[in-house]
Amino acid sequence: MIAATLLALWSHWRRHPIQLVTLVVGLALATGLWTGVQAINAQARLSYDQAAATLGQDRLPRLEGALTLEAFAAARRAGWPVSPVVEGRLRGTSLTLYGIDPFTLPPTPGGVMPDLSDTDVLRDFLTGEVVFAAPETLARWPDALPPGRPLSGLAPGLVMADLTFAQAQLSQAGVTRFLIAPGGSGTPEELAATIPGSTVVQPEPDGDLARLTDSFHLNLTAFGLLAFAVGLFIVHATIGLAFEQRRTLVRTLRALGVPLSVLIGCLAAELLALTLVAGALGVALGYIVAAALLPGVAATLSGLYGAGVAGSLSLSPLWWMSGFGMAGLGMAVAGGLGLRQIARLPLLAPAMPRAWARAQRAGLRRQAAAGLVLLGISAALGILAEGLLAGFLLLGALLVGAALLLPPILTVLLDLGTQRARGAVAQWLWADTRQQVPGLSLALMALLLALAANIGVGTMVGSFRATFVGWLDQRLASEMYVTASNVEEARAIEAFLAPQVEALLPIVSQEVTLAAAPGEVFGIVDHPTYRDNWPLLAASPDVWTKLSEGAGVLVNEQLARRQDLWPGAQLDLGPLTAMPVLGVYSDYGNPLGQAIVGIDAFSRAFPEAPRLRYAVRVDPDTVPELAADLSDRFNLSQDQVVSQSAIKAFSLAVFEQTFSVTAALNVLTLGVAGFALWASLTTLGAMRLPQVAPVWALGLTRRQLALADLGRALVLAVLTALVAVPVGIVLAWVLLAIVNVQAFGWRLPLQADPWSWLSLGGWTVVAATLAAALPAWRLWRMPPADLVKVFAHER
Amino acid sequence: MLLSVSDVHKSFASADGPVPVLRGVSFTLDHGQTLALTGESGSGKSTLLHLVAGLDAPDDGRIEVAGKDIAGLDDAGRAAVRRRDVGLVFQQFNLIPSLTVAQNLSFHARLGEGVSPERLDYLAQRLGLADLLARYPEQLSGGQQQRVAIGRTLAAEPRLILADEPTGNLDEGTGDDVLSLMLELVADSGAAFLMVTHSDRLAGQLDARLHLRAGQVA
Ligand SMILES: Nc1ncnc2c1ncn2[C@@H]1O[C@H](COP(=O)(O)OP(=O)(O)OP(=O)(O)O)[C@@H](O)[C@H]1O
Ligand SMILES: [Mg+2]
Repeated sequence: MIAATLLALWSHWRRHPIQLVTLVVGLALATGLWTGVQAINAQARLSYDQAAATLGQDRLPRLEGALTLEAFAAARRAGWPVSPVVEGRLRGTSLTLYGIDPFTLPPTPGGVMPDLSDTDVLRDFLTGEVVFAAPETLARWPDALPPGRPLSGLAPGLVMADLTFAQAQLSQAGVTRFLIAPGGSGTPEELAATIPGSTVVQPEPDGDLARLTDSFHLNLTAFGLLAFAVGLFIVHATIGLAFEQRRTLVRTLRALGVPLSVLIGCLAAELLALTLVAGALGVALGYIVAAALLPGVAATLSGLYGAGVAGSLSLSPLWWMSGFGMAGLGMAVAGGLGLRQIARLPLLAPAMPRAWARAQRAGLRRQAAAGLVLLGISAALGILAEGLLAGFLLLGALLVGAALLLPPILTVLLDLGTQRARGAVAQWLWADTRQQVPGLSLALMALLLALAANIGVGTMVGSFRATFVGWLDQRLASEMYVTASNVEEARAIEAFLAPQVEALLPIVSQEVTLAAAPGEVFGIVDHPTYRDNWPLLAASPDVWTKLSEGAGVLVNEQLARRQDLWPGAQLDLGPLTAMPVLGVYSDYGNPLGQAIVGIDAFSRAFPEAPRLRYAVRVDPDTVPELAADLSDRFNLSQDQVVSQSAIKAFSLAVFEQTFSVTAALNVLTLGVAGFALWASLTTLGAMRLPQVAPVWALGLTRRQLALADLGRALVLAVLTALVAVPVGIVLAWVLLAIVNVQAFGWRLPLQADPWSWLSLGGWTVVAATLAAALPAWRLWRMPPADLVKVFAHER
Repeated sequence: MLLSVSDVHKSFASADGPVPVLRGVSFTLDHGQTLALTGESGSGKSTLLHLVAGLDAPDDGRIEVAGKDIAGLDDAGRAAVRRRDVGLVFQQFNLIPSLTVAQNLSFHARLGEGVSPERLDYLAQRLGLADLLARYPEQLSGGQQQRVAIGRTLAAEPRLILADEPTGNLDEGTGDDVLSLMLELVADSGAAFLMVTHSDRLAGQLDARLHLRAGQVA
């Protein structure tokens, strides 16, 4: 009995192969986009964990702040088991250089350590002739570095070298941190008390990178979820259709004596089999998506956060399993409803189209109510709630609410059209379009979601780009930036440049812990370059004068928002305690908290920080010549003399990279929605014959009917696009005013770009035309015999 | 006695309260007997047939098929009765559109004990379907489809065959042919046969006749 039942159920798919393909592809797409994003996140997290575990820093407490080798020697003499580490970005590369002292380095059980047991290797290491890096880092090894030895397990992008060598490479006289091994004669705090300007940092298993990049990955996850949801709409639509079409089959089977439990079991088994197939396809697709996007994501993470992420995938079995789990979840959500309907299907329900239509109306009304409730919830969240999670909840409620409201809105509009229509054909057209809404509604909802996401994200990126470009112009007011290799060279460059330029503005900085997170302090001189150009979001009176007097500090927007540091608040800056906040400046693209003080105050607080960088004010026309001259004379590399235009180009490139992944996911989502529309129209095309045939018999040509079908699809798509515009704008606002503020720490003004919406509308029309073309063409070419068959006998 | 219906009541819910459709119907049917069920439209013929087939349960009364009271059975029990004891032929042919004629023919039988290829061949021959076995239902005429439905029921060899206006969708000539063929085959199989019809002429071809009026045997 079970075999016969399965055969009957399966034979449906054999006769409707497109439906089967749609179902499998829809679920595979949903699973694939989601698992692809998860693969990227998992890969990044693995790299962060490796970075955090470097030298056992995820387990050992450490000292940070104004540290020197002298302080290290003193601490060792006093019996503290400390070991010095220098850390910094290698100029001109995306590599992070770690300088270590192999003799005092505490052993880390299970940790990754260079093997220096061979005395030759040890000697070469100490003289800076050998460094260590992961094999994957060695694959793209810059010529400037000495030969690297492979050390697998080291975080990607990380280079381990001798302390002295690293200090020279990074032009750092001081030390970034002391690792404190267990077994000291006191607590780390007691050690910190003996070294002025130092603070204790307790180990965190997460590491700084994981924390900094959290929001980035959350964004990716949100997009993965959106793509998954859009894919689920397809699955739900096809399963619904397949179950609907098999309704009479189910009745017949039960009339022939197949018990309901067997029927449900067989249907569930069928869904399970489909899940396994689609899950396998989806996981494979996810792997491809992740492999394609990962290099871009890795570049973004490195450009934006300085985080090294492996460019190739290494995935755990857990990931593969979770892909199947996601496919199963999707199928359960989409198929569960269908199964429930079958279970409740009365054996003898008389064909009562009127009752069905009435139930549909009630359903629409309930759906509209649910949509309004969700919109209300999202509005309430927008007014009341704070935090990233609330932001995403708001987005979810907004999108689902809008999607639920779409079919009722379309129905009302088309009802109006029917009432207004004159002429029999026009009236039929409107009424027939309205009748199609239930069958198409899920595909249209998916289209709405994809369009709204596109408009929202596009508007956000556009607003960001416009603001960012304007901000770069203000912020990078100086025409040229020079970095010397050491302090002596810096003095010589200063002496050389001073007579030839309008102004020479030293830039000094120090990495510090700001409000318990990694950050930087800058020292600047008082100059019109800052006074006239710097974009301050909030300022107290006489901000620049007070700053130069050392009477306060400027902070960047992300620090201000994170710690609620607005003018009038107080901030501790390592040795500089309780500085009043004078103003807040915007600082897009920087994940770190940042503070600026007058240069005198800076020198007093951080006497060790070398003065190596200068911003040069000079006639822009002379920059190329001056730069060439400088490079020749002091033998400076390309990235030590940078023109304003080069930095701008670089910043914009980082910016574009950041959103290229988002854009790619956006396009994929839109593609999925287009596919859903095509699939629904194709299936509906076959089901609609009984409605079309009578009109054909009454004297319309097949060509007219096909064109009507095409036009109808366009009307529905355009109406959906019109609804998508306001939803997209609200979405953009939420992204800019809530999610961005929480995720990145900056808020941007919304800048509408109606032209891009219009072009998106154009693409929607193209997609709808393509989706409707095949079914319409089929109708046009349909043999009249097939149409006549509708009258031959009841269906 | 193969089928015994005693004092069966059935009403349907409506907006104005329950509407009684069957009000105490009783009759019996023995092995190899054929019975025509007639009555005006709306008199409750189909309702009664559905109850006998175990597609629905009566509000009150007993329906015994081969000594079993099917009114008291649960859903799975009634399904088993439909699978083994009862064969149904509807006015709308209710074939499975995605299966071929051959697969449809053997389908009901395969839900139960199965069917021998010889019997299938024999039925296909007798029903004039031998050349149509590879086709799908939509490629058949109405009369051909109804012959497939009859063959499907006969292949399962039920003891009781129920038919609800099996020729209602066919023209008179075709209907007559189909019915006489069906009666022949039913007689061969020794099953009891209960058929709903509007036509006095068709009813006359069966052993006995039961007329329903206002939910009662007239
Ligand atoms: N599911 C139902 N819900 C409500 N009323 C029903 C239902 N099924 C049948 N009826 C009503 O019960 C009465 C008998 O219906 P039934 O189908 O048995 O008539 P019939 O004798 O078979 O008529 P016909 O000759 O037209 O087929 C009718 O009035 C019908 O409206
Ligand atoms: Mg009837």
